[in-house]
Amino acid sequence: MGIEGVGARVARKEDKRFITGAGRYVDDMVVPGMKHAAFVRSPHAHAEIKKIDIKKAQAMPGVIGVLTGEELKADGIGNLICGWMIHSKDGSPMKMGAWSPLAFDRVRYVGDAVVIVVAETKSQARDAAEAVDITYKELKAVVDAPKALERSAPQIHPEAEGNLIFDWELGDSMATNAAIKAAAHVTRMKIVNNRLVPNAMEPRAALGYYDKAEDHYTCWTTSQNPHLARLVMSAFYNVAPENKLRVIAPDVGGGFGSKIYIYPEEIICLWASKKTGVPVKWVADRTESFLTDAHGRDHVSTVEMAFDKDNRITGLKVDTIANLGAYMSLFSSCVPTYLYATLLSGQYDIPAIHANVRAVYTNTAPVDAYRGAGRPEATYLLERTMETAARELGVSPAELRRKNFITSFPHQTPVIMNYDAGDYAASLDAAMTAADYAGFAQRKAAAKAKGKLRGIGMSCYIEACGLAPSAAVGSLGAGIGLWESAEVRVNAAGTIEVLTGSHSHGQGHETTFAQLVNQRFGVPIDSVSIVHGDTDKVQMGMGTYGSRSGAVGMSAIVKALDKVEAKAKKIAAHLLEADEGDIVIENGALKVTGTDRQVPWFQMALAAYTAHNLPDSMEPGLKETAFYDPSNFTFPAGCYVCEVEIDPETGVTEIVQFVAADDFGNIINPMIVEGQVHGGVAQGIGQALLEGTRYDASGQLLTASYMDYTMPRADDLPSFKVSTSNTPCPGNPLGIKGCGEAGAIGSPPAVINAITDAIGITDIAMPASPSTVWAAIRATKH
Amino acid sequence: MSDISLTVNGKRVSGTAEDRTLLVHFLRENLGLTGTHVGCDTSQCGACVIHVDGKAVKSCTMLAVQASGSNVVTIEGLADGADLHPVQAAFKEHHGLQCGFCTPGMIMTATDMINRHPEGLNEATVRAELEGNICRCTGYHNIVKAILAASETMSKGRARQAA
Repeated sequence: MGIEGVGARVARKEDKRFITGAGRYVDDMVVPGMKHAAFVRSPHAHAEIKKIDIKKAQAMPGVIGVLTGEELKADGIGNLICGWMIHSKDGSPMKMGAWSPLAFDRVRYVGDAVVIVVAETKSQARDAAEAVDITYKELKAVVDAPKALERSAPQIHPEAEGNLIFDWELGDSMATNAAIKAAAHVTRMKIVNNRLVPNAMEPRAALGYYDKAEDHYTCWTTSQNPHLARLVMSAFYNVAPENKLRVIAPDVGGGFGSKIYIYPEEIICLWASKKTGVPVKWVADRTESFLTDAHGRDHVSTVEMAFDKDNRITGLKVDTIANLGAYMSLFSSCVPTYLYATLLSGQYDIPAIHANVRAVYTNTAPVDAYRGAGRPEATYLLERTMETAARELGVSPAELRRKNFITSFPHQTPVIMNYDAGDYAASLDAAMTAADYAGFAQRKAAAKAKGKLRGIGMSCYIEACGLAPSAAVGSLGAGIGLWESAEVRVNAAGTIEVLTGSHSHGQGHETTFAQLVNQRFGVPIDSVSIVHGDTDKVQMGMGTYGSRSGAVGMSAIVKALDKVEAKAKKIAAHLLEADEGDIVIENGALKVTGTDRQVPWFQMALAAYTAHNLPDSMEPGLKETAFYDPSNFTFPAGCYVCEVEIDPETGVTEIVQFVAADDFGNIINPMIVEGQVHGGVAQGIGQALLEGTRYDASGQLLTASYMDYTMPRADDLPSFKVSTSNTPCPGNPLGIKGCGEAGAIGSPPAVINAITDAIGITDIAMPASPSTVWAAIRATKH
Repeated sequence: MSDISLTVNGKRVSGTAEDRTLLVHFLRENLGLTGTHVGCDTSQCGACVIHVDGKAVKSCTMLAVQASGSNVVTIEGLADGADLHPVQAAFKEHHGLQCGFCTPGMIMTATDMINRHPEGLNEATVRAELEGNICRCTGYHNIVKAILAASETMSKGRARQAA
């Protein structure tokens, strides 16, 4: 490892622009003639649109255009789609209701876009939006997923009878039922996974620019995957053909999944730019973000876990109702199915598993992938159940887990996944040592002496990431492949540009990807530029989500670097009159091994472009492209331990220590990996203690601002103790598993296990806010 | 509409804005200083923190006209030429940022916090005083570390100046 190579703790190259205020986010973009948009949104959760009167708004100062869904439909703009087909267990395809970018006949959640107003200034657009007069006929709404399945529930989409989108299953029902019947002990729980709002700090934004002379569109947008946005907007929404649509995702201020999807606003801004003849910019305010960003989680499940007399798990049966909101967002269907039920084996050797999942419509914001996406729900269900089982069986939670660990690899689970490598006992041991698990009883006694309730909880998680082998996901219903592309351009004087389909919105790719190049060629990272986020610059790529940029994105770069290296060695061998097999790359030069003969990197590059003296029939230049399609998912895993102290008088929970021991495979930059864990754990603690998304029964979002939705703040959290004990991933050239989501997946059950341990109860609802905890403590006294 | 004149990052500037224009919008739209960000509508997130007459202020809580005559420093004016301010340098060194969106507000808040605590800072104080700045990426771990490190550096700097 060099000082800038793989494994080095290199400070980030991209930081300078962010710390000096020179970052370039969508809202910072200005193009000549640009005007501003505001949306008129439904104030009702469920209503028919009777009449839209735009006359008064059209006459307001500065107004350039007021456009409706009827016009959008007339112009042939298509409905939004869900790109992953799920079939119910009866073989029928999922029931997808129509989602028009601008609603014209019915609205189905508070925030549904109905009219766009374009004006000279943002304030004028908002003033005019207030003047749009829409007559609604209110309909009964339903926000709770189990209630949406009741006979009395209002019908939300004509396509989905009884609001049921699909009724899907995975695993062996008969074998699982038999295991439960024969069990020495069965632990049964109802598990609720609370709805969350992703809350990237940069609100979503779009700037649409139609160039009449070229009949060409440009869209600057807050996207984690600009190529996918272009593909979907071209192929499904009929905005423009791909060659007439450029999508740019510049600096993006966090995503966490919420910026994967193609939302109505970017489509409408592009269309509105053509209609009005001006570039149109829209930036969400925070309440719009709360109302319309795809939410996460929202599962209600029952679980039965069967054990034999030796406390080995013999079967797991899960029944889940997943709330998908008012419309099916782009990947909504795969989250509670193939990203969830396939992980229900956890770190354990479970011979029989069966999961049944019903996905339902409600009059709430669409629900899709949020950091972890399905895997946090699986982990929460499993690790809460393991903890409860240990308490029921009267055994140590750590030892019950250890007894059931998978210990040999590869391991085929009963729910599709084939785990390739891992050492779960190593993470468990590391976490217990770091947390001084053995000393807990003493700490609990000390806490009790000062009137506090102290509890400890753990969680052993596994996730599948490095999404994903294209043929495999295709066979499961994905409408896309999940490979990644890379292009490596060696310039004539030896500097290097790497063009990648991955997109960085905080992950630090400009540094880690450059470290990889430095490792291979010895070129300083300052001489390596990472280009991403622009469909005009970068060939088709799939973007960043599912912790895939390392395992998939960097593997594509490795493939391209391999090709560059092979050609560079041929050129050097020719220049040095040596055998190509004898050329090695060391310290920025190509050398004949065992001699002092060498050609510096830049000189080899120059030779490639002057082309005065190349091997016979070699093409000039040094630029290579690669597409990498993974052969398997990757399986990061780890053990988290949380210790809490609760004030029984106030119900306030303090996290006194939080330990994360992860196995991420090989690591490019430990500093960045630790940062990913910190952030993920904070979001998981947020879910467990603070973040609750509340709709009232009429479908009004009660938590639509930072005054009402509790974001984790610095004084809610401790410093974290993080470590890794890594088993390299055998499935990709770098041995990387991925680290982006682990923190959010592993932490919520650890926190709730600690709280229930402290209070001495079986379950408590997330978020375990002070009032909830206080009430739970009171209930134990009656 | 009102005429507004103030000093921003050491330069006298003036402009015209609607009376309802917030200071943050005046900085971003009239002056093109887009380093100051808007992350919420309720003065909670702190992405818009700047210094007004030497104090940290959420620039979304102030009308532009109210800032007339003030001396404003934004993230763009914090560094001394090519030399990063110690707080900026510490955020980079300790990986106190990921997506960068909350970072300008964090750095301006941290600078003010350190200035108000010449006696030095501890973790509990830093966490308590960061309550008005929300970050979704870092879990605050490395932000806290960066602020403590910058506080050390700046107090050493003051000690050297005194000597």
